[in-house]
Amino acid sequence: MKLRKIIEFIIEKLIFLCGVASILFVILIFAFLLKEGISFFKEVSFGKFIGGRYWYPISEPPQFGILPLILGSLLVTLGAIIVSVPLSIAAAFYISEVAPIKMKDILKAGIEMLAAIPSVVLGFIGMVTLVPWIKKAFHLPTGLTAFSGSIMLGLMAMPTIISISEDAINAVPKSYKEGALALGATRWQAMYRVVIHAAMPGIIAATMLGIGRVIGETMAVMMITGNAAVIPHTFLQPVRTLTATIAAEMGETVHGSMHYYSLFAIGIILFVITFIINFTADIFLHRNRK
Amino acid sequence: MVNPVHPAPVHRCGVHGVPEIIINKVVMKELDIWYGKIHALKSLNMNIFKNEILGIIGPANSGKTSFLRQLNRLNDLELNYKAIGEVLLDDKDIQSINPEVLRRRVGMIFALPQVLPISIYDNIAYGPRMHGTKDRKRLDAIVEETLNASFLWDEVKDRLLESATKLSGGQQQRLCISRTLALDPEIILFDEPCSGLDPISTAKVEESMLKLKEKCTIVLVTNNTKQAARVSDRTAFFLMGELIEIDTTEKIFTAPSDKRTEGYILGKFG
Ligand SMILES: Nc1ncnc2c1ncn2[C@@H]1O[C@H](COP(=O)(O)OP(=O)(O)OP(=O)(O)O)[C@@H](O)[C@H]1O
Ligand SMILES: [Mg+2]
Repeated sequence: MKLRKIIEFIIEKLIFLCGVASILFVILIFAFLLKEGISFFKEVSFGKFIGGRYWYPISEPPQFGILPLILGSLLVTLGAIIVSVPLSIAAAFYISEVAPIKMKDILKAGIEMLAAIPSVVLGFIGMVTLVPWIKKAFHLPTGLTAFSGSIMLGLMAMPTIISISEDAINAVPKSYKEGALALGATRWQAMYRVVIHAAMPGIIAATMLGIGRVIGETMAVMMITGNAAVIPHTFLQPVRTLTATIAAEMGETVHGSMHYYSLFAIGIILFVITFIINFTADIFLHRNRK
Repeated sequence: MVNPVHPAPVHRCGVHGVPEIIINKVVMKELDIWYGKIHALKSLNMNIFKNEILGIIGPANSGKTSFLRQLNRLNDLELNYKAIGEVLLDDKDIQSINPEVLRRRVGMIFALPQVLPISIYDNIAYGPRMHGTKDRKRLDAIVEETLNASFLWDEVKDRLLESATKLSGGQQQRLCISRTLALDPEIILFDEPCSGLDPISTAKVEESMLKLKEKCTIVLVTNNTKQAARVSDRTAFFLMGELIEIDTTEKIFTAPSDKRTEGYILGKFG
């Protein structure tokens, strides 16, 4: 009897620990980022860091402006949104509202496969197929551009956006649609005016989560965007993203140098951006459930 | 179409408001409906008169909803659905009518109000707009007129632009009636419209039905036999997919010819 109680007590505490572990890890990571990043801001002002146009971390004197990196990330992400969002939403509608059952299963399996492809593989495939094609098609000196990155990242975001949008569409009560049909709406009108409307918060949340995935992606962008830390003016230009900068330079910095700390500061910025995106997505998802 | 039981047209005194001149609005001939293996309606032969309120009563799963959904072809959406036999609307087979056109002529009110998560005004304007009415003045007139017909105007006239989901259940149901009326239907199908409503809202819905039958034909499926007795001109009793009996409401409730009808009305099953 007593033993049983002790076991129960232990199990309860263990489960509790597992539960709080996730929060604990987030807090620890953020604390670590802050600790390493803060010392950077003692030397370089926040405004200069965010707004600086030049990223020359190892020249003399070094310049730590991440504006080109932020713009690079945003440009690639924006392109990925343009590529993936309309396609994904249309695909989600096709799967949940139009496709016959067999087709539905095939498509869902396909989307899961797409989600399972490691990003380095996608990056590699992009590098040997897409990049030369873009170079030829647009007569560019190099095919390693923001546009190439956008297409590959768009592909990566699609599974997230499709499956969450599809859930949102399926969650729209059947009665909404029937109500519209009973008023003489065609299938398309019911879908367009009623189902999309009701599923909108979920679709927005899906898009935000897709964006979150894109902005944090590293491997593929590093391989195909060209990594030039200059302020981009068009999609057909090499760019460098925040993530690629950290990944590429972390190995070469001297531990404890300004350059080393600046990469942590970039990490903080990235963390904040993804946090805001996920938080917004969460708000929309909850509104949808209600 | 001429039905052997009720020759039409025929002159007759209004019993319980049965129309003076009987014209068959809908005629069903040997109608069978299946959902997969479930035989939901069995060789149904019956007529619906123009401008009557036809009450349909019967225990759960007796095929009442299936019957209504056949009339506006909502059954077409079901996966394993199959039907044989004929449904004639004004002597024309409904299968030959475009479903969108048919559903404007045959409106439907569901058990749970189906308001859209948009404003009260837009809920009503939804149908007319979809079918091409864009003129604001015309829409305003439709909104006022149809809200009056469902006795909702006084309650909502000052907040037409608020979201319809904020209305009470009874108000939402009456909004649905207005929304259906905005398409000027010939027939309105009510599927247990008051099952979730309080007595006062129920009374208002019933009042609007009585007014509506001057213009439309009404089929009222109800779980509440008293409601059928209150508002319907004729009543049909369904049991396990079969039409057991159809007659004037008075006859059904005072001297039904089938024992099972009597049993149901007295509350023996269902
Ligand atoms: N979409 C469907 N798919 C499969 N079976 C169905 C479907 N709709 C109805 N049925 C079946 O058909 C039969 C008749 O159902 P129906 O909904 O018409 O009954 P009802 O008289 O309206 O019952 P209730 O009073 O419970 O609303 C039931 O056995 C039901 O399970
Ligand atoms: Mg029913």
